[in-house]
Amino acid sequence: MMEPKASAPPGAGERRHWLTDPVFRSVVFQSLALVAMAVIAWMIVADTAANMERQHVSVGLDFLAENTGFDLAQTLIPYSTASSIGRALFIGFLNTVLVAILGIVFATIIGLVVGVARLSSNWVISRLATAYVEIIRNIPLLLQLFLWYFAGLGVLPEPKFSIQPVPGWVFINRRGLVFPEMLMGPATRWALVIALVVAIAATIAIRVWAKRRQAATGRIFPVGWVGLLLIVGLPLVAFLALGADLKLTAPRISVFNVSGGTTINPELVAMLAGLTFYTASFIAEAVRGGILAVSHGQIEAAKALGLSGGQTLKLVVMPQALRVIIPPLTNQYLNLTKNSSLAVAIGYPDLVYVGEVVFSKLGHTMEVIALWMIIYLGTSLITSFFMNWYNRRMAIVER
Amino acid sequence: MQTPTLAASPAAAGAFVRQQLAETLPPPASTAGAIGWLRKNLFGSLSDAILTLLGITIIVYTVWSILDFTVIRAVATGINGDACRKPGAGACWPYVTSFWRLFVYGYYPPAEQWRANVVFALFIGLLIPLAIPSAPLKLLNVLLFLFGLPIAAGIILPGGWFGLVPVETQLWGGFLVTLIIAVTGIVASFPLGLLLALGRRSNMPAIRFLSVVYIEFWRGVPLITVLFLASNMLPLFLPVGWNVNQLVRALVGVTLFTAAYIAEIIRGGLQAIPRGQYEGAQALGLGYWRMMVLIIMPQAIKIVIPSLVSSFISLFKDTTLVQIVSIYDLLGTIQQSRNSPIWSAPTTSTTGYLVAALIFWTCCFSMSRYSQFIERRLNTGHRR
Repeated sequence: MMEPKASAPPGAGERRHWLTDPVFRSVVFQSLALVAMAVIAWMIVADTAANMERQHVSVGLDFLAENTGFDLAQTLIPYSTASSIGRALFIGFLNTVLVAILGIVFATIIGLVVGVARLSSNWVISRLATAYVEIIRNIPLLLQLFLWYFAGLGVLPEPKFSIQPVPGWVFINRRGLVFPEMLMGPATRWALVIALVVAIAATIAIRVWAKRRQAATGRIFPVGWVGLLLIVGLPLVAFLALGADLKLTAPRISVFNVSGGTTINPELVAMLAGLTFYTASFIAEAVRGGILAVSHGQIEAAKALGLSGGQTLKLVVMPQALRVIIPPLTNQYLNLTKNSSLAVAIGYPDLVYVGEVVFSKLGHTMEVIALWMIIYLGTSLITSFFMNWYNRRMAIVER
Repeated sequence: MQTPTLAASPAAAGAFVRQQLAETLPPPASTAGAIGWLRKNLFGSLSDAILTLLGITIIVYTVWSILDFTVIRAVATGINGDACRKPGAGACWPYVTSFWRLFVYGYYPPAEQWRANVVFALFIGLLIPLAIPSAPLKLLNVLLFLFGLPIAAGIILPGGWFGLVPVETQLWGGFLVTLIIAVTGIVASFPLGLLLALGRRSNMPAIRFLSVVYIEFWRGVPLITVLFLASNMLPLFLPVGWNVNQLVRALVGVTLFTAAYIAEIIRGGLQAIPRGQYEGAQALGLGYWRMMVLIIMPQAIKIVIPSLVSSFISLFKDTTLVQIVSIYDLLGTIQQSRNSPIWSAPTTSTTGYLVAALIFWTCCFSMSRYSQFIERRLNTGHRR
């Protein structure tokens, strides 16, 4: 709703002095505001140019092609100290995306469970969920990250005394979580990818068919279980059919070091744990709010129809609650993505960390900060655009 | 309850007729009292019972771990970290007692710390009557809190006037800085946020466009990048020769950032005001500003008080980020001192973090409770 326009009554326009004419005033105010903005922007640009000239700093994106000369702890694509700064920043961006996507998935699952648990009729469970939410969301995220990382890392042993959940194969120590490296032949790898794609496509097809059948006959098909079976089973069958072509290389542990194997860095684990548990407490609140917004008559009607507790939640409550949950959920996803920038405090090489290393070692502060802001702003705008589209799709269609 | 007697009819005389209703039996023991409550809430079904036992296990384990770490295995006294370095030692409390001044005041000179205490006292003295809805002189109180307190703190803390020794802002730290940033952030960003909210709902396209761009920009970027921007770029944006200290840079960054969030909250309040209120004000012949100040804003702001409190809570938590641009707030001072050679021990960090967590949690939890209390108070008309 916009504010109602202050329109002059008909005929009043002639008697009105030009100074009090709303149209005239509006034009004057807007021109003044635009001129003021332009002047401020010009002053900032001029001052910055003068300051930079005085400090002999130049602006430009040429530096992105220069060599970095520093190493990064976690790289999803090949990288060396001879790589370009642009590549380093891109690796940082990929790490941000990785932690954001994993965090969103885990936080949604935990948030959903805790949100439902808060409304449980089981007194112990609902109190436990309440305590979780009230404790976690009232402690700063940075402090939680420090607790996970610095306090958690202090408890873990040196590589020599690794905790070994699977002796000889999986190691937990200060270097992170080390497990065997998996090497597959190219044929097996492609077969796995194809099997996975086929399984996902089949699941979607079954879902469409099941929905149609349910609309026509009312019979429910267990899409979730069948889909899970397909997505896990088909790649497994393909893998076994091609002769289980998998070579595991166990990591070797010396006194202070780990060689071979695949390592999940402690920074990533701490970031994921911190972001997941913190965001989950907010998501739980959104879920609880959404469920409470479903009219109680709906639940009573579902019970009267003989649906079980789980069926009521899945078929009646959640589809309606989702409409209320989605807008705050979007906000939490965006917050999680933005909060992943706290990685800089514990040394997880995300976009902000890499950028900070770049400008503290090699300069170009202004360009790096501008890049950060463009990337985060872009991500935020794209996410909210996508979620708005989803929200419109989910909204009640009034007939 | 009065027991109704059955009318004794002559026909029934002689035969056995029960004269009184049977006494009401108490409900079965399995549905009432403690056992009934247990059956209903904890052991309704098999899965319920399993969940209950699981929950109790989690609670017992967590409470025991915390108690074990903070009390049973804890080191209570000591002049250095030797006792805390022994294997199996729990929380290292002497670390906290020897550094508490750092946690509260940072490097503010000990002889001058009374000045920080005066500011704390003023803050609490103004906050308590502000928080009690029935306390008198509300307007004066609000004005003192919004203008008097920042001005007083701005005179007392840096010093240089009235014979107070100047104290550089680099020396400020600890909880003092946490409070300064949180309060300044919300107080200074409020007027800007108000104007932006009005701008976003204005009829003038240029004003609306500028407000939307401002709000969406600051809401789209993380606070850390804003702090880096403020601390590295602000001096470049200002005329040559102007110098701004690190704390002020962070305050500017936090203020510009928070204003965008406050603008969205106030816009929510403005949208909740029925159109009739605007039309009524216009029918009375009020102009735009008088309509806003006298009619719309008082109602809109009242609605959004709970949201403003939650935005203050998140700002309060976000103040911890300033340590990344070398300003040492409560968490920053812990981060600085936890690895000092004298105290460094496996549990020192955890002890420090637990103390910080307890302080932040107490502040944030009481604020969120207060906001719920206000919400209930404002909501009386609609409660069913």
